Amino acid sequence: MLIDEMKYITPEISLLCFALLIVVVDLFVTRKGVLPILSVIGALVAAFFTVGLWGNGGISAFNNMIAIDQFGLFFKLLILASLVLVVMASNKYVLKFEKFQGEYYAVLMLSAIGLMLLVSAVNLITIYVSLELSSISLYALVSFLKDKASSEAGLKYLILGAVASAILLYGMALTFGLTGSTGLTAIADYFRTSSTASPLLLTGLVLIIAGFGFKIASVPFQLWVPDVYEGAPTPITAYLSVASKAAGFAVITRILMTAFGQPDWLHAEWAIIIAVLAALTMTVGNVTALVQTNIKRLFGYSSIAQAGYLMVGLAAMGMATQGNADIRSGIIFFLFSYTLTNLGAFIAIIAISNKIDSDQIADYTGMGKRSPLLAGALTLFLVSLTGLPPTAGLIAKIYIFNGAVDQGLLWLVVIAVINSVISAFYYFRVVKVMWMGEPASQDKVTSSWPEWTALAVCCIMVVIIGVAPGAFVGLTQAAVKMFGI
Amino acid sequence: MNLNLLSWIIFLPIIGIIVIAVLPKPGQKTVKWIALSFALASFLISIAMFWMFDRSGSAIGHMQFEEKIAWIPAINAYYHLGVDGLSIPLVILMTFLGVVSVLVSWKIQLRPKEYFIWILLLESSILGVFCSLDLILFFLFWELELIPMYFLISIWGSGRKEYAANKYLIYTLVGSSFMLAGILSTYFITHTFDLTALAGISITSSFIPLTVLFFLLIVGFAIKLPVFPLHTWLPDAHTNAPTAASVILAGALLKMGGYGMIRLCVSMLPQIAVQYAPVMCTLAVIGVVYGAAVTMRQTDLKRLIAYSSVSHMGYVLLGIFALNQVSLAGASLQMFSHGVITGLLFAMVGLVYDKTHTRDLNNLSGLARQMPIIVVVFSIAGLASLGLPGTVGFIAEFITFAGSFASITIAGMKIFTLIAVTGVVVTAGYMLWMLQRVFYGYPLDKYNGVKDADAVEMISTFSFVAVIMAVGIYPAVLTNVINMGVAPIARLIGM
Repeated sequence: MLIDEMKYITPEISLLCFALLIVVVDLFVTRKGVLPILSVIGALVAAFFTVGLWGNGGISAFNNMIAIDQFGLFFKLLILASLVLVVMASNKYVLKFEKFQGEYYAVLMLSAIGLMLLVSAVNLITIYVSLELSSISLYALVSFLKDKASSEAGLKYLILGAVASAILLYGMALTFGLTGSTGLTAIADYFRTSSTASPLLLTGLVLIIAGFGFKIASVPFQLWVPDVYEGAPTPITAYLSVASKAAGFAVITRILMTAFGQPDWLHAEWAIIIAVLAALTMTVGNVTALVQTNIKRLFGYSSIAQAGYLMVGLAAMGMATQGNADIRSGIIFFLFSYTLTNLGAFIAIIAISNKIDSDQIADYTGMGKRSPLLAGALTLFLVSLTGLPPTAGLIAKIYIFNGAVDQGLLWLVVIAVINSVISAFYYFRVVKVMWMGEPASQDKVTSSWPEWTALAVCCIMVVIIGVAPGAFVGLTQAAVKMFGI
Repeated sequence: MNLNLLSWIIFLPIIGIIVIAVLPKPGQKTVKWIALSFALASFLISIAMFWMFDRSGSAIGHMQFEEKIAWIPAINAYYHLGVDGLSIPLVILMTFLGVVSVLVSWKIQLRPKEYFIWILLLESSILGVFCSLDLILFFLFWELELIPMYFLISIWGSGRKEYAANKYLIYTLVGSSFMLAGILSTYFITHTFDLTALAGISITSSFIPLTVLFFLLIVGFAIKLPVFPLHTWLPDAHTNAPTAASVILAGALLKMGGYGMIRLCVSMLPQIAVQYAPVMCTLAVIGVVYGAAVTMRQTDLKRLIAYSSVSHMGYVLLGIFALNQVSLAGASLQMFSHGVITGLLFAMVGLVYDKTHTRDLNNLSGLARQMPIIVVVFSIAGLASLGLPGTVGFIAEFITFAGSFASITIAGMKIFTLIAVTGVVVTAGYMLWMLQRVFYGYPLDKYNGVKDADAVEMISTFSFVAVIMAVGIYPAVLTNVINMGVAPIARLIGM
């Protein structure tokens, strides 16, 4: 019964309730400090319900529209965790748009709902609808500052996003037209009985990859990234770079594995496309990042490069017969550690920019003297992004590259490790600026306790995962269980 | 009985870091005493371990003090430590240098808290490299070493420190990137990261030519050793690093390269090693001669010692790729010997620079009058470096050359050895010339007031001298152990 199945979307429903509650409370309460607290409580309640569903492996609900599987639940938790951390990091930043704090938190939660539905959707229609829910919320959030850069970023994101949606929809339409179904498992059934696919169907597949390529910022759909990252409010940039990207990878993994994962000739088709895109994505991201002077733009390009490493995992997944579970767990692990690392880095950037009101790397000069803790934390995250010990970044890279070598993608891994070296240039340029050179002002840079807490959580997790990853690998191995395969 | 001695040795410095880090605003004095005591504890445990090391014949080919715990089960990675005759001298070398480098930095004024944190982290990571028996763990420690060294050079260095630090970072990262690809390929072929299992395993692969695997692995080690033409980071890093970092860099860090070559490349792929030994020996000989020739031309004391390292590490490469038990033992001992001798040389250069504020040979003269103790110790280091009998330098070079000259595995080893021996002659030239220019000749009035070594400096430098002399006079203390380590490896090659 439909009403019985409501329990499967309790996390989303509870989050929606809290989002609406925030809008209402915002109307009557003058002390806006209560809003972030409500958001955090909402996210925690949703996380509580999500954990409650854990272990319910592989059920589909609402006529095969969404699936309750550990893969989706894991990503829901990841999205909720980033939501909490972003809300904590927004604590001071929201003063830039004081009047609209209620809307900010509410829309942020709506986009989280969209992403949560997206990672559990198993039907092209639900995938599209939840994608739009999250995207439209994000268009609004990106332009929240309402200044020139922010509005431009919002508009750019909207237009390019709309184009990407159209491409995606076209791909979905082709797939539906030729397979006669929008359910991922039904599409898989179609392929199981056919030995070749028409060129049109492959076109559909490519268009779907392209549509999500926008979301995960793969080359050649990465053009929006730098401007949007630079113009958007920094907490939203952080959110875009982790939650939105993680959900994008989750859904593309799910589509490729569930609908296009079998038979062997089919997954070899897309594996090679993704392998080439991966090589291009990381190279373009890293090389362009070298010349950036704005830290948010730098992180934009860095996130493109990181997407490239993740796509190495996707390509390996396509190379593997029977969808090697270890590779999928590698992708999940990478996303997990990348989320913590990148969020941590952005929290530090937000705390610093609250004080110095600049995103220019040159203005970070001597930050090590002005705030050793913030600079130290940011250094740790940069070290993790470079892929050096003792951080999560190294383990994640080893894990994902190991899977790729295992599938005969040594050439891709060699390109990836060379790219890691290139990335050291720009990551360590920021480190160098922070620790060497004299600061322009002797003012100490400090931060508020929610930001410190969020930062501490990220720092500790990044180091723990880097030193003793066993338990977390176990968690991601549990999270590979996906409905339909 | 398992005391987890190796874990203690590796992690005591890290515990020291934590203690230093959590102390609220510790004074400079507290910090250095904490650093010293943890480094010393690590050193004493390593000495105890050396004493307990099983030297009986039955222990040959076995790791000792092993520890093995599952670490990342998903990829079969273990927290697996152990030492054999090959690694234990290097472990002792590092713990020794750890203590001395703290003493050498006794007068550091700039940000002492961070400085000692980085020194201790550097020590831990290098120790980890020598003790790891799991490739992933090995790689983790290998990469970990980069970060402290980067900061030590770029913050506490001198001259073009940022350039040198970046160059160091990039060179090392390039090497380790290929190494990672090599390690993962190894895993794909053999399905193990366990170094003990990999040694002597007969690897066949259709996936990747073994030659490619060999070179993927060796590039990182070749950069670190350094092998000509990949050595250009070294003079910059050495010249601009603070004294303690130079001591550790020359003393222990370069040895990671030689150690890795023997442990991974030669043990895992002996046939490929034999096949490419002439190439490697050619590079070794070029390194020896070129390094020595360039050293002659240096006027900066630190740069001079740095280039002499390039030349002397060429002996190590020659010894390794002569692929003979004696030459391998010689290479291992040469690593130890170069570690203490060059460590001492850098410490002495640091002292001279502290007192006179110059490292330029043209501005120094006749210091023997003004600093009699320093001149004696510096001369001993110089003489050890040129291989004077009675010092460890002589023994190490003698065994290396004797081994490589006698090697019949590789064609033309006699020629290679004969060319390489000229390096010793040139070393005598530049060392004596350097000593003469700095210490003898007319004393300059401007250095009349300079002080000689004080108590702390004497402790640190005399302990170097003690090691150099002791092993020089009774080399068996190390060679017995080293032979146990290289015997199984030499057996793999069929000698």
